[in-house]
Formats: sequence, C-alpha cells, structure tokens
Amino acid sequence: MNRSFVVRNPSVLIFLVLLSLFTLVVTILSEGFGVGLLSTSFVKVLGKTLCLCLIAIAMDLIWGYAGILSLGHFAFFGLGGYMIGMWLMYERTRQIVENALSEGVLPPTPEEISTGIGNQIFGVVGSSDFPLIWAFADSLVLQLAFVVLVPGLLALVFGWLAFRSRVTGVYLSILTQAMTLGLSLYLFQNASGLRGNNGLSGLQNLPGVTAPQSVVSLWFFWASALALGLGYLLVAWVVSGKFGSVIRGIRDNEARVRFLGYSVETYKLAVFTLTACISGIAGALYYPQAGIINPAEVAPIASIYLAVWVAIGGRGRLYGAVIGTAFVSLVSSWFTGGQAPDIDLGFYAIKWVDWWLVLLGLSFVLVTLYAPGGISSFVDKLAGKTMEADR
Amino acid sequence: MSTLLEVSGVTVSFDGFRAINNLSFQIAKAELRAVIGPNGAGKTTFMDIVTGKTRPDTGQILWGDKSVSLIGMSEARIAQAGIGRKFQKPTVFEEQTVQENLLMALRKDRGPLAVLFFRPSRADLDRIAELAAQIGLTDTLPRVSGELSHGQKQWLEIGMLLAQEPQLLLVDEPAAGMTPAEREKTTAILVEAAKTRAVVVVEHDMEFVRRLNCKVTVLHEGAVLAEGSLDHVTKNQDVIDVYLGR
Amino acid sequence: MKSLLLAMCLVLSLPNGALAQSPTVQDLLQSQRALIEKSSRRTIGPAIDALVASGLPQMQNVLEAWQAKGMWQRKGDGFFFAARKNDDGTFILQDFEDGADVATVSSAEIKQLKPNSGVRAMIATALVRFQLTDTDITKRADALDSISRDPEAALLAPLRASIEGETDPDILARKVRLERLMTMAYDTDVPSRVAAINDMSGDLGVDFRATLNPILSTSRVVSPTAPDGNIAREVIVGSDALTHSAAYALLVAAGGAPVEITADARDTTLEAHIDGGRIAGFPVAQLSSEAVRDQAYDALVTRGLAPPRVTQTDIDASLASYRFFDVYDDPSPAVTSAAEAALAASETRVAFGQAADLGLDALSLASIYFLAAIGLAITFGVMGVINMAHGEFIMMGAYTGFVVQQYVPNHTASILLAVPLAFAVTFGAGVTLERLVVRRLYHRPLETLLATFGVSIALQQLAKNIFGTQARPLTSPSWLDGAWVINDVVAISYIRIAIFILALLFLALFLFIMKRTRLGLETRAVTQNPRMAASMGINPDRVNMLTFGLGSGIAGIAGVAIGLFAKVTSEMGSDYIVQSFMTVVVGGVGNIWGTLAGAAMIGGFQKGVEWLNPSNTLAAQTYMIIFIIIFIQFRPRGIIALKGRAAGD
Repeated sequence: MNRSFVVRNPSVLIFLVLLSLFTLVVTILSEGFGVGLLSTSFVKVLGKTLCLCLIAIAMDLIWGYAGILSLGHFAFFGLGGYMIGMWLMYERTRQIVENALSEGVLPPTPEEISTGIGNQIFGVVGSSDFPLIWAFADSLVLQLAFVVLVPGLLALVFGWLAFRSRVTGVYLSILTQAMTLGLSLYLFQNASGLRGNNGLSGLQNLPGVTAPQSVVSLWFFWASALALGLGYLLVAWVVSGKFGSVIRGIRDNEARVRFLGYSVETYKLAVFTLTACISGIAGALYYPQAGIINPAEVAPIASIYLAVWVAIGGRGRLYGAVIGTAFVSLVSSWFTGGQAPDIDLGFYAIKWVDWWLVLLGLSFVLVTLYAPGGISSFVDKLAGKTMEADR
Repeated sequence: MSTLLEVSGVTVSFDGFRAINNLSFQIAKAELRAVIGPNGAGKTTFMDIVTGKTRPDTGQILWGDKSVSLIGMSEARIAQAGIGRKFQKPTVFEEQTVQENLLMALRKDRGPLAVLFFRPSRADLDRIAELAAQIGLTDTLPRVSGELSHGQKQWLEIGMLLAQEPQLLLVDEPAAGMTPAEREKTTAILVEAAKTRAVVVVEHDMEFVRRLNCKVTVLHEGAVLAEGSLDHVTKNQDVIDVYLGR
Repeated sequence: MKSLLLAMCLVLSLPNGALAQSPTVQDLLQSQRALIEKSSRRTIGPAIDALVASGLPQMQNVLEAWQAKGMWQRKGDGFFFAARKNDDGTFILQDFEDGADVATVSSAEIKQLKPNSGVRAMIATALVRFQLTDTDITKRADALDSISRDPEAALLAPLRASIEGETDPDILARKVRLERLMTMAYDTDVPSRVAAINDMSGDLGVDFRATLNPILSTSRVVSPTAPDGNIAREVIVGSDALTHSAAYALLVAAGGAPVEITADARDTTLEAHIDGGRIAGFPVAQLSSEAVRDQAYDALVTRGLAPPRVTQTDIDASLASYRFFDVYDDPSPAVTSAAEAALAASETRVAFGQAADLGLDALSLASIYFLAAIGLAITFGVMGVINMAHGEFIMMGAYTGFVVQQYVPNHTASILLAVPLAFAVTFGAGVTLERLVVRRLYHRPLETLLATFGVSIALQQLAKNIFGTQARPLTSPSWLDGAWVINDVVAISYIRIAIFILALLFLALFLFIMKRTRLGLETRAVTQNPRMAASMGINPDRVNMLTFGLGSGIAGIAGVAIGLFAKVTSEMGSDYIVQSFMTVVVGGVGNIWGTLAGAAMIGGFQKGVEWLNPSNTLAAQTYMIIFIIIFIQFRPRGIIALKGRAAGD
C-alpha cells in the first residue's frame, strides 16, 4: 500500500512521459531552438492549447469529480490573465516612457514618469490617473501572487455564498454563469480601471527582454507544459485518495456524504477555490501568448466551451479533459483559420469558417446523447481490450 | 441507564400540515428500539429532525451527557457528534469499491486537509477487514459496490454506519426487499450493534420487529401513540384502531 | 415708440421728397435699396426693421416673396417687383403695391434677389409678426413654433397684440403660455415679470424651465468686498463649487494676482538657462526630482533670471484678501428670487414625475423579462427541463417576423401574420428538440443543459449563415409609433405599453392552459408523477412533447415582440438567456407568479440602479447579478417558494 502515488496511477506516468516527449518534439521543430518546421505562431497556438488543457483539468476536477458544473471558470482564467497583464503592461510602458523622457534635456522626475505611464495606459479611456487596483502593478512578485489570490478570493466569496445556501445542480451552473457575466460586464466599463473594452494589450512583449518572439514563445511553451504537468500531478494526487472518494461521493449523493459527517460545503468550497487558483495560473500563462486580454474573454460563452471540451473528452478522467480540449481547440482553430478545404456541393459551397460551429454544436449534442464518456471512453475500451489480451 | 437522546415537545408543519405534533421521545445508551406506525405517521420526518435535515418549529432535542441541543447544527456536525443514519433505499457510493466506501465512513478527522493527506494505516485496514467480516463482505472488498446485490448493499450501508462508530444508529426499514435469510442476518447485526450503542429501527414489518425483541414505540399522526413491549402495544386498543381501522 | 421714430426717419430720408403722401412699398424698398442689393446677415437687420416698421400690410407679401427668392430688380431703374415667368422665357413684373402687372421684360433686363440662408432666417423672424395674425391657422401655428424656437424681446408686443383677436382655442392657449414665458424673460416691468413667474410656478413644462434658466444665469465675480448688483451667493473657496486652484485662476484672470509658475513653465525656464551642463550651479543630471528642480529655479530667481515662483503661502494670502461672488446677470432681485422659488417648485414636481417615469420604465423592462422568461417558466419551471436554446427560439421568432415583413409590406398585417407563424415555427423547433434530444435526457439536467447548449451554438451560427451578421430591422406598425405623453416628464412609448399588455395576455394564457385545460392537467400530472400519470392513460411522451412545444412557441412570440424594439441579430438570444433563467430562479421555480415577481424585482432593481447611476447601464447589470447572488442566500428557493417535504429533497 505504500507504493508511490505515480506507480499506483500508471496513467499519470504515461501522461507525463507523453507531455515531455511532446515538449521535446516541439522544441526540436521550433524556429527558436530547432529546425524551424513549426512557425512561431503555431508554437504559440500549441502553448495556448496547453494552458487550455490546464484549465480543463481544473474543470474536470470541479465537474467530473465533484459534480459541480461550473459555467464560470473562465472568469478565474481571465482574472489570472488580467493580473499578470497589469504587470506586463505597466513595466513595459514604464520602460518606454523612461526611454522617451530620458531623451529630454532634464532628467525625468518620478512624477513625470508616473504621469507618462498613466497617459500611455489610460489615455484610451480618457484618463491618466492610476486606479487603486494598479497600486502594486510595479511589483512582479505581488502580481504573480495575485494571479492565484484574486481568482481564489473571488471563488472563496462566491462559493461560500452559493454553497452555504445549498444551491446545487443546474441552479448553481446558472449562478456561476451569472457570475462570469457580471464580471465581464463590470470589466467592460471604463470605470473598472482595466481599460474597459480595450483590455490590456502588448502582453507578448516581456519587459526588459530582447530575445525574439520565436524564443520567448518557447519559454512560454515550456512554462505552460511544466504548469500542465504539475497541475495534472496535483489534481491526480488530490482525486486519488480519500479526498477523491469524498468529492466523488458528493457528486453521486451529497446528502449521504453529509450524514457520514463530512461538511459537504467546505469540501465543495475547497475544490471550487483550488480549481479557481489553477484556472488563474492557466490564464496568466495563456494571455502573454495571446498578447491581448479584454472583457469578451470572460463572457459566459467561453466557460461553456470549456464544459464542451471536457465533455467531448470525457469527464471524470483527467486525460479525457486534456484530450478533449486539445482536440476540439486545435480542430476548431484549423477549421476557423480557413485551412480546412471548403466543400463545393455544386449548388452550395460549404465554407468551414461559417459551418464549423454548426458542426461543433451538433457533434456536441451527439456526444452527449450517444457517448457520454466522450473520446476517452474509446481510449478506455482500447486499453481494456489490450489488458484482456494480455491475460 | 442514562438518557442519550431526548426529544421533547417537537412540532413540525409543512404548509399547514402537521407532520410531527408535540412529539416526545427518549432513548438510553445501549438500547435497541423499534419505531412503528402507519404511513404518514411521521417516522421519516422524525429521523430528518434528529439528523438535522429538517428544523423543527418548536421543541427541544438534547443529546448526550452534556445535553447539547441539536437544533441548528448542520447534518455533518450532528453526524460527527455520533448519530448515524441509514436510509430506506440502500445508498452506498456505487461507483466506488466496498473498501473505499468503508474507508470514507471510518471514524477519522473529517476536515478537508486531514482527508487530503490521509493514507490508511495498517490499523485502519485491519478495522475495515474486521467490519467486512462482521457484515459478511470480506470477499467483495475490492469490488465496485454498484455490482453488489440489494441485500449486500444494505449490509454495506450498515457496515458504513458501524465504521462511523456512532452512539446512536437510526435505521430506516432495513429489512425491506430482503430474503428471509438476509433478514435473519440483518437482525443479528442490529442486535449485536445495540449491545454497545443505541439503535432505533423504523420498520413496517411486524415479524421483523418481533425478532428484534425490544421496546417498541408506536407513532401516529406525528405523536407517540403507545410505548412498551411489542405484545403490550399490540394489545393497546388505540394501536389496534389505527392499524385495523376504526 | 421706437418703431414710430424709425418710420419718421424713413419718411424724412425719402429721396424723391414726396412728402405729401404716405410712402409706397416701392418708396420704402428704394430707401433701403443699397442694403437689400448687397444683403448679408450682418447688415440687413436695419433694412428689414424699416420695412416691417412701416406697418404697410403689403409688406408680408414683399417679405415672403423675398424669402422665397421671388423678388426681382429691374436693372434699368433698380425698382423691385414680383415676377412670373412666361412660357417664352420672358417675365411679367408685378407691382407689390396692388399686385398689378406692370410690364413684360426679358430675363436679361431683370435680376433675381437671392438672399442667403442667414438673411432668409431674419426675414422669417420678421414675418412672424404678420403670421401671428394670419388668417391661415397653420401659419399662425408655424409662427408660434418659430417664436418658441428663437424668442426675442421685439416679438413680445406683436404676440400680445395678436392674442385678442385669436379665435382658435388651441392656438390661443399656446399664445397665452408663450406670452407668459416671454413676459418673464423680456418684459421691462419688474412686477409683471414676477407675476408671470409666480403664475407658472411649479409648471412641469420643459419650456418653462428653459425660460427660467437664463433668467437665473450668473457670473462669478472676484472682489475684495461685496460687489454691486444682484448677488446670488458668495462662493466659499475650497468648496465643491470652487476649488483653490480654480479660485486662484479666477483671481489671476481678474488681474488680482501673479500667474502661477507651472511645472512646465519652470522646466522651460530651466532648460533655457543651461550653462556648461549646469543650471544655476546645479548639474543637469541632478535635476531628477521636483524638489531639486524647484531649488534650481529658486537659484535662478535669486540671480534675477526668472520671475519668482508663486508659493502656496502666496496663493493662500492672495485668496484670503478676496471674496468670490456669483452675481445674477438679471439685475432685479425680485425677479431672480421669484424665479429661484418657481424653479425649485418645478424641480420638486419634476422629481416626482421622474420617479413615476422610472416606475413605468421598470414596469416595461419587467414585462420584457417576463415575456422572455415565460416560455422558460413552462419548460424549466413546470417540466424541469433546462433548455439553453431557449434564447435561440426567441431569435427564431424574431427572424420569422423579419422574413414575414419581406413578403408582406403592410406592417400591421405582417405582425398579425408573424405572431402565429413564429409560434408555429418555434413550436415545431421545440417539438423536434424534445423528440430528438431532451426526451433521451430526462432526469439528467446537466446533460440536458449541455446538449441544448450544443443546439444553441448550432442555431446561432445557422442564423448567422442565413441572415448575416448585421442587425435586421423588424418594423412596428405605425400605430405603435410614438408615445403616450402624460406631461413633459412622464411619457411611455406605445410599443412598451403593447409589450406590457402582451405580457399580461401571456400570463392569462399560461394560467388558462395550466389550470383550465386538459393539457395543463396532464402536464401537471406527468411532471409530478409520470408513472402514475401513464397508468391513468396519459401518454407522458406526448404531453411532454406538447408542453415543450408550447413553451418554445411562446418564446417565438416573445421573439417577435422583443424584435420590435430591439435589433434582430443572431446573438439576441444569448442576451436574454441568463436574465431569463435568473428571472425564473429568483421568482421561484414552478410558479408563474414567482416568474412575474422575479421579473418585477429584476426589472425594478435594474432601473433603480440605473437611476442612481444613470451613465452606466453595464454597472447596473453587474450590481443586479451580485444582488441576485446575495438574494438567493436569504431565499434559496426564490420569492415564491414551494414548501413541503418534497421541496427539501
């Protein structure tokens, strides 16, 4: 019974090995460090996909294991992005402003620099004053802490309110959807202090780094792969033991768990907050690769897509969440990117840019109806067959 | 014998309908008690009140040596205080193994952090093996509990209750849907359990109650109609009226 | 009096000296010939005044002709005529005096006067006094419009004069009201102005408030002592109305204090005095803080190279020796105090009016939410099926309306046709969805949510492919245009009233179907206990299908209604879906009165927040969602909750 956790869960080991191999292959094929077969923009797409896989794991933990269908986890993802985005934007603008001001005859004063940065950042919303929430934007350490703390705090407060009043099932799903809708509407205002619908931009440029994007993109790719690996390990460990038993019990019969003496609300809150923190980290890695974040990113639709990915991949299995997310988001960008060949029916040409979402929607219906286990249930069947063959 | 649970003057109504009407009830430590009554007598609501699922409109529920009031406590805290409940329908976690089910029920720190870092010790596993033997599920420990037969699920649930080591066990119709052999075994488990703790069995089946051979409380329209040995209450005219119709 | 003098001057200045008889129209025109020929907005005023002041009745024709570019000048003698064109290109000249034809001339002999728009506007103003007594009622109304748009003191007398002979009661009322307003603003007699103001005190009209505001206009005066004039109030420096820096700026503008040296000005001066890498002895590289720059500047000052800085102490000292006053531009205290009182009375009443208006707004918003949610109240509330494609059914209804309008141009007919058609289309869609998807997922609400969401994505994109991304109009019939105006503050558009009525109709329809029809009975039976219902001969599949279709069909009709005032886009459904679910959940699932209460509460709350913070409707929605989350703490089962043991499970 004291065998190590990884040995007891071979799928974790397999996943980590595959992830390392994938990282290695991408690095070798990249422009930055390898032979240049993969373009920098594609490396970014892959890196972003890894981040999406990370939030999908969080989603699988909260939904697949704890049975809480959250339709608001992109709120935490977005907040993580905003937190790191504030530092990136502040620091880069500060360097630009300082360079510009040092051209002048007199050396710049701190007040001039501060006003200059304010004008640069908040000019688009007709202001030059720093809102209170930017008070720590100059500190990378604090903003990195906020990446985890702010989504975590929001999840803690929202979750405490929601679970305390025993909102469950679809009601909770709708409430989480309302939460992310509320956040996105709030961020859309210029008064939110986060540049309204302009969002934060230029995040792909690391302050003080002169390396080309082909190299920076790989740094982020590695960081995303590392985060995904660690996240997978953490979540797999959390669900493997008695804690996993309890939350699966909550998913299957909440009242029974309660009569066993477990404080169901505390467990839900713990899982909700943990997944929010993971989502925040995923977002903080995603948006520097995307380059821009705006309030549309936290609109309810994004979180619903997250549920779609996890469902198509197969919930209740961590690798299912990863497979579903990687598959759907990559196929999605292939179809919507115009790479997929259009089908000419003679009387009507099917343009995938227009028809992809119809296809996605309908295939999602089909998966829900006929393959509730998602793609990974096929993997399970395959694995089951080989095991039988081994016997 | 000192009193373990004292319910006094409890009333509950749903939209004007009085499910429990000025009910008073006592049970001592290490006592086996059967609660019988026709449909709608308030048996299940009585259990809901004691376990904290339903909050009474008026009345008192006092628990243990220190006479702590249970009113206003959450279900989880009442369970931790030492009251275990078995539902009418067998409710085990069907997607988990028998061992996992029992591990979850084992009397341990229920806090999330403690649970997160919990790894079963040798003593824990021994205790589970012992429980499994008690409920006759030793061979099925690694099996997924959804595959068990109806009776086995009932026993697993009783086993989970025992694993909780409660001072009071509330058991709702344990014999429903069981074969005669299974019933016999269930009776044995309950009688054995009642040697060290209080057990309240809610039951329809008179034959089963007779086999338990214990004090009987008859509920009717949310109040106690009669109390005493089974023979005593079955001779009570009120009870006869209620059961046979006036 | 003034006009009489003017007329006399005119008479004296006549060129041909024909003093014996009163001047003819032509005489007057000739007297102003130079100004009329070179008419420009700046110079034409005296000429028009002179023409009008003559009091000749023909002047109306002259001015109208001039304004309509119908006045011509004969090149030979410079006389002015009206003219009409013959078929052969020649013109017949008409005398303004009596309208008689004077001569026929070729187009080369005459010149058309083409007043520019500025001049035409001035002519129009001059014409007003004729039009006020015109026999044509529309001209009189036009004249009143013109005066209210652009009132001026000179029009007060003609307006007053015109009241007596007025026969039309509406026009008379308008004339009297306008006369009161103009008396307040332009009369020279203080008591009559005060009387006019007091007469109308508390009036809700926008025109009344617009008249009072200029009377109460003030100018800010800086002075060591209280100035002469009608002082409105003394302004305290440092209050919200006057910050220290604004006060000092006023003082500087009034010449009472030296200009502050701004940071920019200081830096410019510093830069101008760089000498070998140093400024007044300070190395340039050290000037990287405000304090050091100030020191360097002060060093320049002591060397006499720059004007001294104005320090905070200087500013305080200067401000302390002056006082600031708001002085009414109107010199009469009696008038201004009456106006202040009247405006305050009006504003109190306006506030009440606005509250009533807000109530109506909230009511109509609530009706919209109710309309959008009522279909859900059936599918989600009664059947417990969560249909994320509900918003897309609303959209389908709206597009049905749009398509019908493409074929039926009459808007009334098209709406009457669109309502049943939208019901049919979405009923069909609902039945299809139920049969193909929802039926297989009963009692798996989360799966239903996800599958119907897939349908929602597909339908949205499908609509985008068919109708494009731009918003499509759904035009309401003309009898729904306009608004029911109760007064200048409270008004509600007919379309909103129609939606309110529609919401009530739907409520009645819902109650009727659920409580009085076989379908309602069967639906309730099937939702409460499908097995028992089936054993009693009810076909649960059929009932579920019909009920779901009914809920969807109602969503379609709601779509037509919503499309009438909102734009029809493929994404309109998603705007309503979250709100609709909120409405049902907050109200209490399974109870139509709860949905009604939920819609009323959400609509009312949202309008309330918008009222407190009118500039920001986005914030209102955020606050509403926070409010709902907190509200659910206190009533987890909604406003109207079903109690009982069943509800506890």
